[in-house]
Amino acid sequence: MTIQEIVTHIEGRVVVGAHHLDDNVECAFASDLMSDVLTITSSHKIMLLTGLCNMQTIRTCEMSDIKVILFVRDKKATDEMIELAEENEMVLIETPFSMYRTSGVLFNLGLSPIY
Amino acid sequence: MNFTFNVEGGDFTNAGAASSHVKKMMKQLGVDAGIVKRTVVALYEAEVNVVAHAFRGVITVDIEEDKIYVKLEDEGPGIPDISQAMQKGFSTASPKVREMGFGAGMGLPNMQSNTDNLVVNSEVGKGTIVEFTNYF
Repeated sequence: MTIQEIVTHIEGRVVVGAHHLDDNVECAFASDLMSDVLTITSSHKIMLLTGLCNMQTIRTCEMSDIKVILFVRDKKATDEMIELAEENEMVLIETPFSMYRTSGVLFNLGLSPIY
Repeated sequence: MNFTFNVEGGDFTNAGAASSHVKKMMKQLGVDAGIVKRTVVALYEAEVNVVAHAFRGVITVDIEEDKIYVKLEDEGPGIPDISQAMQKGFSTASPKVREMGFGAGMGLPNMQSNTDNLVVNSEVGKGTIVEFTNYF
């Protein structure tokens, strides 16, 4: 599923990485617990859905090779987070939808879970 | 190739800066992506632990042709019972650490999973030394 398709279906707003909209995401993981994100061993192209919006969200994804982060419930990335995400060629998206609704919509569209 | 990084306790804004630097170096050296990921995940977990629990720490990284050796030495409260700390779910993290998405008692077990050889030594009231090696 392309990032553009994801953005369209969740009323998303791309904060960083608009030039990657045609890139594909193969599966998604939803968590506010970065310790859990760090245990992911999959080498697929993963998108993280999270309500945790701080520097460690970006750092965790940097270490975990996750290039796409979707912040639910309109959480706003800070300038510092945006800068770090740009440095790492990441895509940051914001949606007004809740974690539950976002997961449901994307799951129904066929975006696979990791586990 | 040797590097040294200083880590400040409580500085969550910069937590991960050393791991990020090591990741870039390993990629530049052409190390296998899977080994890079295992190494930086383990290092990041350890770096976050220093920020979360210690006053300050020093990270030493030695990259050789066939392996990477990492040592994190901190000044802090130390770990009274290392085998307990290695158990999944055991944590003494503060609410602030939990707010950052950590403190679920998964760090040390995950470091074990992502390293070929992990050694943890600690002295209560003095500090902790974490050493690990990953082979290429």
